[in-house]
Amino acid sequence: MFRLIKDTLGSQCVTLWRVFMHAFAKTDTVEYPDVQPQMAARWRGRIILSRDPDGEERCVACNLCAVACPVDCIALQKAEDEEGRWYPEFFRINFSRCIMCGFCEEACPTNAIQLTPDFEMAEYVRQDMVWEKEDLLINGTGKYHDYNFYRIAGKKIAGKDKGEARNEEAPVNVRSLLP
Amino acid sequence: MIFLFYTAAIVALIATIAVIVSTNVVHALVYLIISLLSVAVIFFALGAPFAAMLEAIVYAGAIMVLFLFVMMMLNLGQATQDEEKAWMQPRLWIGPGTLVALLLAQLTSVLFTQDVAISPVEVGVLDISVLLFGPWLLAVELASMLLLAGLVAAYHLAKK
Amino acid sequence: MSFEVGSALSIGAILFTVIIVAAMLIWVERRLLGLWQERLGPNRVGPFGLLQVVADMIKIFTKEDWVPPFADKFSFILAPPIIMVVILLSFSVIPFAPGVGVIDSDIGVLFVLAMASLGAYSVMLGGLSSNNKYALLGSLRAAAQMVSYEVFMGISLLGVVALAGSFNLREIVLSQSDGWFIIPQFVGFVIFLIAGIAESHRLPFDIPEAEQEIVAGYHTEYSGMKFGMFFVGEYLGVVLVSSLMVVLFFGGWLGPAFLPPIVWFVLKASFFIAFFVLLRAAIPRPRYDQLMNYGWLFLLPLSLLNLVLTGAYILWQEGL
Repeated sequence: MFRLIKDTLGSQCVTLWRVFMHAFAKTDTVEYPDVQPQMAARWRGRIILSRDPDGEERCVACNLCAVACPVDCIALQKAEDEEGRWYPEFFRINFSRCIMCGFCEEACPTNAIQLTPDFEMAEYVRQDMVWEKEDLLINGTGKYHDYNFYRIAGKKIAGKDKGEARNEEAPVNVRSLLP
Repeated sequence: MIFLFYTAAIVALIATIAVIVSTNVVHALVYLIISLLSVAVIFFALGAPFAAMLEAIVYAGAIMVLFLFVMMMLNLGQATQDEEKAWMQPRLWIGPGTLVALLLAQLTSVLFTQDVAISPVEVGVLDISVLLFGPWLLAVELASMLLLAGLVAAYHLAKK
Repeated sequence: MSFEVGSALSIGAILFTVIIVAAMLIWVERRLLGLWQERLGPNRVGPFGLLQVVADMIKIFTKEDWVPPFADKFSFILAPPIIMVVILLSFSVIPFAPGVGVIDSDIGVLFVLAMASLGAYSVMLGGLSSNNKYALLGSLRAAAQMVSYEVFMGISLLGVVALAGSFNLREIVLSQSDGWFIIPQFVGFVIFLIAGIAESHRLPFDIPEAEQEIVAGYHTEYSGMKFGMFFVGEYLGVVLVSSLMVVLFFGGWLGPAFLPPIVWFVLKASFFIAFFVLLRAAIPRPRYDQLMNYGWLFLLPLSLLNLVLTGAYILWQEGL
């Protein structure tokens, strides 16, 4: 009987007291439009396309982000310039579908597509939620400052032949028998 | 008080007739509750507030709730309503109607010969208690024993 | 019959105040819940968000008042007003202060119990007429819960009635002038509190409308002002149970003389209203069978024991 009272009434009273003491704790609410919230750097918000340190587009139009996207909101078309670089002819993200999952960022082999802590992107017209490449592309490097895909990868472009990339050995002539 | 008595009586009559003629069971129950409540008002008008409140608590408040509770479980639909409507034939009214008319005639004749007047006498809670726990103590105790037995039996049945 | 009927003006004032208080509770509850959950609650509309109630009212009045085609229209429309009418009628016997109140009835406690038992119909008819599985489940639960807890509510009150020697709520308050009934009737108070929460189906015992299991229970199909009546009815129930607790166990308007009696009543009632909100913030919902078992196997014997002991105490006091 004593146990019953202790377990029911006693524990309920303790609960009530502890919840009541929360009245004197600091509130966690941030009054948003008046006070800007402190967003974490890793927050998954508005998507951007970044440039490499030389100011060229990082995106090589490999389509991995479009494949990874669970809601199919990314559409792009590959093109190639005279230097041999690949780039997207158009790059379109439909933010009315995007769920900010960040899978595109994880899939991207060149760190081109990145999610930023900006979340204020409401629109009155649905069509305005579709962002084109010129809306997405920024002038900076985003989160990864000194990464340049073409300096690391073996792909040949103008001004960088095979074997000239960082940590890359010169190509071996497999047809030659000389040591 | 006389006015209260007659209005409540009229409401009770109309509601009771509606109980009989309505084909939807839930509607019939609602009318029955109204009828019981108007009977409570009649008790009140006649100077028995305690009886009036008990009528409202026990009959309208508890027993009819159980009726409605059972009604919820039965899943009565349009089929039952049609069945009720089929039973509501005019010729079925002849038998009970004549019998009730006979009784009503007797009652009115008695009422007219007896010269009964409504004279409300206030019966407070205290008077009822004194009566119940005075001359009727044995009956009250027996009734409470019966209720206790019912409670224990209900508990036992529910345990299985 | 000794009835002191208040003037039409005072009746109107009491009705108005009670409804306004019940409507303001929408805001009070949300702010208090915010306080206890380390949030702010509504604070945008007007000073401190006080006009939130007005905004809610405008919203609820302009909403489409829809009757589902599969519902039983008669009972569907009848159900929501019942709870409001019944609870507002219960307020008629509450003595707020000396001279403030609607009627001074010798059967006050019984009247409140009768009205509480009629309140069950609102929930039952609402759920039954909605023709919806969740609504039916909710109203089945509500019916069983309200009918059972009415019993303990009544029996727990009888201790107070026996001590005061009257069913008249005003006399019950007056007989507490040399000591509130909370001290001799602590067990009765606890039972009444639990039964009162169950009767007004507030949060620890809101099993009839448990959102996580059965959508919104008996008012799943309701919208617009009909839903609003259920909503305000619930808050009216909170105010009613709080005032009853004050009247029956905490000496009603009695208190030290530096404040007027009505202020004491309001202060005490506000304390219990806040306590109801705290219960909602703190205590999780029990399972349905736990509630019924707790009631019939623990509260019923306890309340009967309380009544028997109170009776014995009164007899011993009178030196029989």
